[in-house]
Amino acid sequence: MDIFKGFAHKFGDDINTDYIISSRRKRDTLDLDVLKRYILEDIDSGFAKRFKPRDILVAGHNFGCGSAMEIASLVIKAAGIDVVAAKSFSRTFYRNGINSGLLLIECDTGDFLTGDQLKIEIGDNRITIHNLTQKIIRETNPPGGILLRIFKSGGLVNYIRENRRFSV
Amino acid sequence: MATDQTIAEKIFSNHCGKTVRAGDHVVASVDLAMATDGSGPLAIELFNQMDPECIWDPQKILMVLDHYVPCPNDKVSGLHDMIRNFHNSGRCELFDLGEGICHQLLPEKGYVKPGNIVVGADSHTCSYGAFNALGTGIGSSDLAAVMADGKLWFKIPSSIKIRLNGQMAEGVSAKDIALFIVGKLGASGANYRSIEFHGSGVEKLDMNDRMTLCNMMTETGAKCSLMPFDKVTQSWTESFRWTALHAINTDAGALFDKVLEINIDEICPQIAAPHQVDNVSAVSKTEGTPIHMVVIGTCTNGRLKDLAAAARILKDYPKASGVEILIVPASRNVYAAAIKKGYIDIFIRAGAIVLPPGCGPCCGSSAGIPSDGENVLSTANRNFLGRMGNVHANIYLGSPESAACAAVEGKITDPRRFG
Repeated sequence: MDIFKGFAHKFGDDINTDYIISSRRKRDTLDLDVLKRYILEDIDSGFAKRFKPRDILVAGHNFGCGSAMEIASLVIKAAGIDVVAAKSFSRTFYRNGINSGLLLIECDTGDFLTGDQLKIEIGDNRITIHNLTQKIIRETNPPGGILLRIFKSGGLVNYIRENRRFSV
Repeated sequence: MATDQTIAEKIFSNHCGKTVRAGDHVVASVDLAMATDGSGPLAIELFNQMDPECIWDPQKILMVLDHYVPCPNDKVSGLHDMIRNFHNSGRCELFDLGEGICHQLLPEKGYVKPGNIVVGADSHTCSYGAFNALGTGIGSSDLAAVMADGKLWFKIPSSIKIRLNGQMAEGVSAKDIALFIVGKLGASGANYRSIEFHGSGVEKLDMNDRMTLCNMMTETGAKCSLMPFDKVTQSWTESFRWTALHAINTDAGALFDKVLEINIDEICPQIAAPHQVDNVSAVSKTEGTPIHMVVIGTCTNGRLKDLAAAARILKDYPKASGVEILIVPASRNVYAAAIKKGYIDIFIRAGAIVLPPGCGPCCGSSAGIPSDGENVLSTANRNFLGRMGNVHANIYLGSPESAACAAVEGKITDPRRFG
């Protein structure tokens, strides 16, 4: 069983990909080690400094809406974030997240707060989210079918490297 | 009947070699893959990391340099060269700087056919639904996988039916209908779903209107948005002399998550206020808000019909002092046609700046960045904080008519006043 532990950083609804990483930063470089310094800067300028690798992003509805640019999920991954838990994800971000090997968990995050300590257990049929600070437990399903195989390969690049093509 | 299918289910079934239903996870073949200078370089890098044995079909992989036009710095020029080198080594088709916006060029050049699946590493790929094709936005890893295998994973979407009744009143355009629907459904109201347009109101929408509508449905989170195949589609296809066509229409008993009835005649000009696209209301609510910059263009509203609507207003009325007008034709063809029609002459005389065909200032990637405290009225599709490159500016979205009227009055104005 895979286990992720970290502190929650809470954001609201409709966090779009322009907020995750601004187009004006992308214009200067695609180097993820540089871009990660500007993660979420337009809505929380101190975030990149406050954040510690392995911490967990927590958001409301429609996380990652807007542009389909995959750099948004790659910047999150490059910043050392392995898990994003949100009430819902936009479809393009969901694709990009799975394809980048990011763990995306859809669950009720309404009562989670910044600073809460979270422990996430990934079983074969179940994902369990323990909010150790507030003593809340949430459960949800892991991604289905080929999505889980892509995630377990570490993303779509590795999946294609390993399988040469899509296996149905 | 239990076998009845939506347009999305039918198109995916045709590309999977089996009957599929909403909710199924499938691997489907695609007909066309597209990337821009915003997503292409990363796709090429990821494609190389996949270490593929060969490339799928270079004639079906299109790269369009449209986000950074002309090139703003030496970093992006390197990315542009990366795409050009990929093209020069025979691995993709290329539309270079100044040709236009991907979503305008692909249909214009005859790449998009009814019944196709077109994947694009750009969120507004939904636009191709205007042509009865399933266009959907994907990421760069997705595109790299398509370049390697010609296939991609999909979850078959459930569908929302939008029935359009009646016809637009004077001074109202397809953009107003689109904004109205985005306001109704909300920014995630169609997330993961396909939107299908139905009803007698659709017959009266030309291809420009359909492209604007399908384009904006991206802002509801939709996976794709689809127009039926009808007389308008038929007459559009006739200009291309295609031999085999796959017209796809919904079955009578197809299942929908939701049905939305919209009476087009009741829709008045709409404005989306900062900083959310679904923050939509009738123009009366924001009327009088001072406007400092007006943008007319983008994949939503940069076509000849849009420029004509703006020119009609700017021909007779001078622009208000202090307002900056940016005009961005969606493609070189649109630009040339606008010159021929005399619109560009009208814009220049009205004091507008005409920018080269491309995405323009829509996402802050090219020139045209507003100053601190400025209010922009744009015909684009997004008004997020900082979208145009300055977090201290406010972006309002509206039709080309509303934008031109704001340029004349220096404030948000109901275009119906200009008759």
